[in-house]
Amino acid sequence: MTDFLNYLVLGLTRGSMYALIALGYTLVYGVLQLINFAHSEVFMSGAFGSYLIVGMFVHDGQHLAWWQVTLVMFLGLLSGALVGAAVAWGLERVAYRPLRRRGAPKLAFLISAIGMSFFLSQLAGKLFNRLSQNQFPSYFDQNKAVFTIPGSGATVSRIQLIVIVSAVIMMVFLDRLVSGTKLGRSIRGVAEDAPTAALMGIDIDKTISRTFIIGGALGGAAGFLFGTTFVFSNIMGFIPGVKAFAAAVLGGIGNIRGAMIGGLLLGVVENLVPTFPWNGSGGWIGLQWTDVVAFVVLVLVLVFRPTGILGERLGRAA
Amino acid sequence: MSLLEVDDIEVRYGAIRALKGVTFDVNEGEVVALLGANGAGKTTTQKTVSGMLRPSLGEIRFDGQRIDGIPAHQLIHLGICHVPEGRRVFPMMTVAENLEMGAFRFKKPDSTIHDRVIELFPRLGERYKQFAGTLSGGEQQMLAIGRALMGKPRLLLLDEPSMGLAPLIIKQIFDIVKEINEQGVTVLLVEQNAAQALALADRGYVLETGEIVLSGTGQELLTDDRIRAAYLGEEIAS
Repeated sequence: MTDFLNYLVLGLTRGSMYALIALGYTLVYGVLQLINFAHSEVFMSGAFGSYLIVGMFVHDGQHLAWWQVTLVMFLGLLSGALVGAAVAWGLERVAYRPLRRRGAPKLAFLISAIGMSFFLSQLAGKLFNRLSQNQFPSYFDQNKAVFTIPGSGATVSRIQLIVIVSAVIMMVFLDRLVSGTKLGRSIRGVAEDAPTAALMGIDIDKTISRTFIIGGALGGAAGFLFGTTFVFSNIMGFIPGVKAFAAAVLGGIGNIRGAMIGGLLLGVVENLVPTFPWNGSGGWIGLQWTDVVAFVVLVLVLVFRPTGILGERLGRAA
Repeated sequence: MSLLEVDDIEVRYGAIRALKGVTFDVNEGEVVALLGANGAGKTTTQKTVSGMLRPSLGEIRFDGQRIDGIPAHQLIHLGICHVPEGRRVFPMMTVAENLEMGAFRFKKPDSTIHDRVIELFPRLGERYKQFAGTLSGGEQQMLAIGRALMGKPRLLLLDEPSMGLAPLIIKQIFDIVKEINEQGVTVLLVEQNAAQALALADRGYVLETGEIVLSGTGQELLTDDRIRAAYLGEEIAS
């Protein structure tokens, strides 16, 4: 039971990050019907950006008080989000808008996205030690247990609590933004019917830009959370990017709540792998099965619900 | 001076000339009908007026100001509201949200106009919290018109409001269009249903393969032999 709960918490931590990244895929898909394959590099830039910015203020944070920890987290999330948003915005300007203006076929967008992904990842490699893995300095005692789940020995560490809580706050905020504000309505309008949205006075280009910025901010913030929890490098975006994309498809691409559910579900499922009984003998299947199980679940869900758990469409998210 | 002046516009889709020099005008307070068969260029004309398309030649003036080339999302600020062909309501938004979308150009929707729209279309009030995609065709048409009214139009562009609707509903919608016009909104109506449109319209223009071939008052066109033959399905007594 203790193990199960520990892995569940780990899964929720991972899943929150997947969910934040998945939102970027799903938002952009909603307005452009396009998978932004360079989004994993937006996530990576968030990690590097926040690493540099937080590093300017905090050098050794082993013995910070709780409010200082909060401040560091806030600064990290904010800087990650800003860098992610800036990269995503630039990405749309450089790699997508010119193609859109010329009415390029979908395939051209895909190639452009993959090209940008390589470019950004190699650029980061060039700038920050290509091969060695970077690690955030310990801003605070990440792994200190903050509380024990009652009735078991399972504990939740500081960083796990922070990741889950901040991800949930951002997701609730996004959900409110999309369903309850004019900006959200313009995004949904463009997602549902762009020419008609323009007739209502919505500037399609601006709305697409803003969608990239919102998705990029969430992805960048996830980059900071990821970097604080694990090590990071210039190719760190690939695996979480693929998983988050899978999570977005799992929940129903283009559907905001779907991306959240898909991300959390994928994170939990893959991290519960070590607790699966095997051959009925109470044995375990090893951690190396994590990815296999995650994608088997993806395939199974898609076999029975081809449009994902909540189905396609951004509009239904609200 | 006319509210809308369309002056010799040409519109191309690639190599195809969809409009070959179309000229007409709409005076303040009028209902003007654009008639013609499928592919004659009615919808293209309307899309060009609302800024969805850009003419390659010619000028469009609204209230004396040149508007050709201004994109749709800016043109709506002048009070040109377009109810597009096929209604195009936002299916995943509720009726209420669709109406709010219509008032997007304002900071906040005007509640008096909102109430008047609900008064005009009581059905929208009954379906208020329902997704627009679940409405019937007639209700969607009402919503599309209501949504346009939320933008406080000076010129309302209506593209085939009768398409695919039962005669009773068509009559209802035309009655409401008349009421809207009587409240001071100028209407440019595109229709294939010539009889209904001309009964309502002050004036009409007939388009054929991208050119205006006939124009006159509603009554004149209704009694014109060529119109009767082509659009009202009557034999010409010769």
